[in-house]
Amino acid sequence: MMDLDEIEKDLLKQVADISGIPAGAYNFRVNGKSIGRKSTVNIDVKPKTTKSGIDVFIKANTKKDVVHIPVILSKSGHKETVYNDFYIGDNSEVTIVAGCGIYNCGVQNSIHDGVHVFHVGKNCKVKYIEKHYGTGPSQGKILNPTTKLHLDESSYVELELEQIAGVDSTNRLTQATLQKDAKIEIIEKLLTHGRQTAKSNIKVILNGKNSTANIVSRSVARDISKQDFKLHIVGKTTCRGHSECDAIIMDKAKVIATPSLDAKSLNAELIHEAAIGKIAGAEINKLMTLGLTSTEAEAQIINGFLK
Amino acid sequence: MLELKNIHFSIKDSDRKHHILNGISTKFKPGELVVITGPNGSGKSTFAEIIMGLKKPSQGQIILNGEDISSKNITERANLGISYAFQQPIAFKGVTVRDLLQIAKPKNRDFEELEIVGLAKTEYLDREVNKTLSGGELKRIEIATILAKDSQIMIFDEPEAGIDIWSFDNLIQVFKKLRSKNKDKIIIIISHQKPIMDIADRVLLLKKGKL
Repeated sequence: MMDLDEIEKDLLKQVADISGIPAGAYNFRVNGKSIGRKSTVNIDVKPKTTKSGIDVFIKANTKKDVVHIPVILSKSGHKETVYNDFYIGDNSEVTIVAGCGIYNCGVQNSIHDGVHVFHVGKNCKVKYIEKHYGTGPSQGKILNPTTKLHLDESSYVELELEQIAGVDSTNRLTQATLQKDAKIEIIEKLLTHGRQTAKSNIKVILNGKNSTANIVSRSVARDISKQDFKLHIVGKTTCRGHSECDAIIMDKAKVIATPSLDAKSLNAELIHEAAIGKIAGAEINKLMTLGLTSTEAEAQIINGFLK
Repeated sequence: MLELKNIHFSIKDSDRKHHILNGISTKFKPGELVVITGPNGSGKSTFAEIIMGLKKPSQGQIILNGEDISSKNITERANLGISYAFQQPIAFKGVTVRDLLQIAKPKNRDFEELEIVGLAKTEYLDREVNKTLSGGELKRIEIATILAKDSQIMIFDEPEAGIDIWSFDNLIQVFKKLRSKNKDKIIIIISHQKPIMDIADRVLLLKKGKL
């Protein structure tokens, strides 16, 4: 294992689910520095020369490979903007595991702004997992991810974007443009508590014929936290798009959900759903009749909702 | 033994007080299958909900195996051996059939209860218990959950509601087996159906809040 202390190891476990050197290509970034990098036969991980970040080149026809690119911030006051670009060759099947964990015990903000751009070739199948997590006694754990995707013909991308807990402020921007027969599924899960704030802006442009998008956003807002979601789908041709924004609101939290659809073609089929509500008392009661306490029942529902 | 002593329950509607249950007293013995029937609005579900602790009576006592459980909450009653299948099953977001069955029976591994109510494990186990399921499917999952809980006292509130004829016949068999296999259990079924009354040891008629 690289030279990580216990806090950093825990952050790594939380955001990337790894406790040692992973198989496949990787780049581990801790407090602004790469502390481990590996390329493989099919995947080349190169540092950028003009700005902070990496370029990841995945050869055409790469099958079932994995790339891990976790980021850890454990030094209070560290602020960075990192640019990672992914060039995924035609017919590839890859999983990319990103994520950022922040530990803050100081008085200054710790900020990671990650800008990820994906150039996905034809007939690819890509899974991208990004988890965000904050811990430590101080406020000021800030994560602002930008994710931009360009999907070429017949490619498929699945995004799992998850904010587990402890992030004081986030401003998330996710944008995708799809060509003919391309498909994207975006699953966003977000939990805020205390005074935390979260903004998420997802925009998908269905540019190519028969392209499809499915966006599912699930969130839980507790205490006095605030969330603001904007889900926007543009259909320019024969295409199908669906967005669903579901939020559980608790205590004195506030949630705004603004889905919007923009059909520029008669053959664009676009649907949106949005629902915000508290946990129904009947749900808690039902689980209590099976032996859970009200606290356990609430936790079961929240965990299941964000699972 | 479950005993209800002089149970009263009323609700207020603007200035008027409606008496739903008017001094119900009855006993249920281990090994019994008892059907409670009566017209709509006679207080049958309220009766069951009071036993489970979902509603608080304005007066009266509930005695379980000699212990007064009137002040116990829902969880405490569940852990003392009372379970209740809701008349209108609850739909959740994020809770799967597997979750419900494992909460009911933490060491549940084979989930045979689903097969008992005629639902294929492969198809249903990992589905969310939400409104994408039909009323009949939700009802059968509700019954499976109570079978998994395997409590001393099992209360089923109109288990036939929303269930097709084939499943209803199957349900009758489930209740018959449940009674024949468990001589220590009390099974209370709220129902209007004659085939269910036919398998009962006793049928109680609840009318205008009185037995």
